Amino acid sequence: MAEGQFKDGIASERLQLAEIAENFADLHPPLDHHEAVVEADRCYFCYDAPCMQACPTSIDIPMFIRQIATGNPTGSAKTIFDQNILGGMCARVCPTETLCEEVCVREVAEGKPVQIGRLQRYATDTAMRAGKQFYERAKPSGKTVAIVGAGPAGLACAHRLARYGHDVTVFEAKPKSGGLNEYGIAAYKTLDDFAQAEVDYVTAIGGIATENGKALGRDFALADLTGRYDAVFLGMGLAGVNALRAEGEEADGVEDAVSFISELRQADDLSKLPVGRRVVVIGGGMTAIDAAVQSKLLGAEEVTICYRRGKEHMNASEFEQDLAAANGVTIRHWLQPRRVIAEGGKVSGIELEYTMLEDGKLTGRGETIRLAADQVFKAIGQTFDAGPLNGSGNLIALEGGRIKVDEEGRTSLPNVWAGGDCIAGGDDLTVSAVAQGRDAAESINRALMG
Amino acid sequence: MADIRSNFVGIKSPNPFWLASAPPTDKAYNVERAFKAGWGGVVWKTLGEEGPPVVNVNGPRYGAIWGADRRLLGFNNIELITDRDLWVNLREIKEVKRKWPDRAVVVSLMVPCEEEAWKAILPLVEDTGADGIELNFGCPHGMSERGMGSAVGQVPEYVEMVVRWCKQNTRMPVITKLTPNVTDVRKPARAAHAGGTDAVSLINTINSITAVDLDNFAPEPSIDGKGTHGGYCGPAVKPIAMNMVAEIARDPETAGLPISGIGGITTWRDAAEFMALGSGTVQVCTAAMTYGFKIVEEMVEGLKTWMDDKGHATLDDVVGRAVPNVTDWQYLNLNYIAKARINQDLCIKCGRCHIACEDTSHQAITSLVNGARRFEVIEEECVGCNLCVNVCPVEGCITMEPLAAGSLDKRTGEPVQSVYANWTTHPNNPAVRVAAE
Repeated sequence: MAEGQFKDGIASERLQLAEIAENFADLHPPLDHHEAVVEADRCYFCYDAPCMQACPTSIDIPMFIRQIATGNPTGSAKTIFDQNILGGMCARVCPTETLCEEVCVREVAEGKPVQIGRLQRYATDTAMRAGKQFYERAKPSGKTVAIVGAGPAGLACAHRLARYGHDVTVFEAKPKSGGLNEYGIAAYKTLDDFAQAEVDYVTAIGGIATENGKALGRDFALADLTGRYDAVFLGMGLAGVNALRAEGEEADGVEDAVSFISELRQADDLSKLPVGRRVVVIGGGMTAIDAAVQSKLLGAEEVTICYRRGKEHMNASEFEQDLAAANGVTIRHWLQPRRVIAEGGKVSGIELEYTMLEDGKLTGRGETIRLAADQVFKAIGQTFDAGPLNGSGNLIALEGGRIKVDEEGRTSLPNVWAGGDCIAGGDDLTVSAVAQGRDAAESINRALMG
Repeated sequence: MADIRSNFVGIKSPNPFWLASAPPTDKAYNVERAFKAGWGGVVWKTLGEEGPPVVNVNGPRYGAIWGADRRLLGFNNIELITDRDLWVNLREIKEVKRKWPDRAVVVSLMVPCEEEAWKAILPLVEDTGADGIELNFGCPHGMSERGMGSAVGQVPEYVEMVVRWCKQNTRMPVITKLTPNVTDVRKPARAAHAGGTDAVSLINTINSITAVDLDNFAPEPSIDGKGTHGGYCGPAVKPIAMNMVAEIARDPETAGLPISGIGGITTWRDAAEFMALGSGTVQVCTAAMTYGFKIVEEMVEGLKTWMDDKGHATLDDVVGRAVPNVTDWQYLNLNYIAKARINQDLCIKCGRCHIACEDTSHQAITSLVNGARRFEVIEEECVGCNLCVNVCPVEGCITMEPLAAGSLDKRTGEPVQSVYANWTTHPNNPAVRVAAE
């Protein structure tokens, strides 16, 4: 029987543990002191800096870099945390190439931006490693706030509310807090259980109680919260996954990329995590890249991303696409799934149809291709599941399938705010969720204390 | 190709690049490496009188300041004159000069301020076959406390006296090295000239403390928790040195006195600038101590290339050429009007020109034009101060453009005058006498 990487079907132990460990090493290793100072020296300390404008949380980037350059990384971390208490994770997962670093004037000048993300990590790591807490709770306000979801939006909201002295209770459906930071990000971007370390760092301010394993719509209803708390913040993310809408997708081996990534993040021993020998990932976003690259790193022999539009339409950044290619993932464009081919109930391949744009509309070209596959991941977007929310008697207004909020994060219901991926008009970025949670907390504080 | 051979007060060298009297010239090993690398000459590290050599500290003797990327900008030292035996030095000088006859070997000297001491050492140096001597009147630490170095250089009467002793007691050319730690460098230069010096060299190092260790509040370089002022040098002192060179070059009392320029020279361009201000040769130390002797290749080739490009055949075509253009403020043309111009194709939109002008100067650069990030000069406000040029990270992006005579200065609303007019004739000058009707 074939061993290791040659095992057909979905199998574990394709690679030795040592190889796996090497494969899942830090994508962007931390800068050491020398590297950080050299890099910090490259910053021009721009006026009204473009990088700062591009940051959804408006971190004063030139200032924090200047603080690194002047030998004050701890002060630098405070500059970051003032705007973004999850600055440590954002330093790891932000697509900086499409945010701050894209508009860095040195990108304009030399095609080589200051490595803002890595510098941010240097500063935040320095402070967090030293256990340095910068914020104290104000004296108790006597007000209580419930937060649904302990992801980036909920945590940022909770921290800011705790600073104002409000008593915060966070309800989290999953056993661990952190949201997508814990369950949804590629493992090589956040090593050493950083997500949990960050949750601990954020909640160390005090005044934040977390109840894990408590799901909205199952364990409590929104009305329970609005009745018992002075304010409610909804940050529950996206629970639904889009279907392939391809024939036979119920076959064994057709899985959600999100679940695969989550299992991978929770696995104690990655060599025990099964993966296909030939993997096809359907989608064009970050989730598709994360699933594809990690499949490859686990030992899958052939990994192909199939995306129904062109390279320029992919949600995954250029950097992420290159990362996939560098790891041996093949990215194929203009292919949409038509039919999952199964043998004995198990997937054995997928039939895809070539596509094209016709008058701006995506159309199939009739021509098809078959790719052998013993595992197919769906990574074609997540959806907001309003059932748990509105199914319990509330009628919160939605927009485009997600919660409608105003510029301060207020929903259509009194005393209920929302932020993160579950709200309409977002960009599904961790850093944006942090900004929305933080700003909603400011709005809640104004409402409670006004 | 340009001929950069140098003949400085009779001392010949294949190029004008000498190593200054300093650690790189303390012994034959280093000096021979320098000559192999292509240096035109050396000023051997200062010899003292016969007897037990001086002793140096046994901890840090250098301090520094740095710019971005830890580029060394300024450097200081608390090292003394050579701490090697006089006879060892003299023997090595003789050997090196014999092996390298085409290179300049000048010997720096510092002995007590007594004629007998100078009379004793001069024949010993002469015997080595050295090309000349340099009088160290500049060392600002240690030796000055013992009545030598800058303690002499700061008293013009002493300078003149010692120079005269030397001129009377040796046939070798005498170069007098001046300290910048004075209010007016022309005074010791005039004194050296009066004493009959063949040339002056400057600057020696500047009194300085480079840093303070904030953990134990010790000045640096720090010896067991204490520090003392050391001699400052390197790129940071170049502007100070060039001004002092120019002051001597344009002083009617010392005009024409040969000058060996010293102070932060790091590239061919630095050297050419010193030469344009009147330096016949240049002396280098910090750049060599930072990068090694190989930098002289860049200096030699760079100088030649520039001279070829500009049609300068020999050093005489360059030396002193900028001196007539050094003047007093009161003679600057007040009718010369320039405005900054920002090349939008080169602009990387860092905005530093804007914030510098907005916060600290004349509010003459936009940050937004029609709602978009764009930096343009507002000519109605621009006084042509050059701050934006200096803070811009892109060379050549912002330039100062003179307004043509007759064109409108939007700041004053007046046309640009074609005539030269300076402060001495300006109506606002209280010293201007109203001409009789």
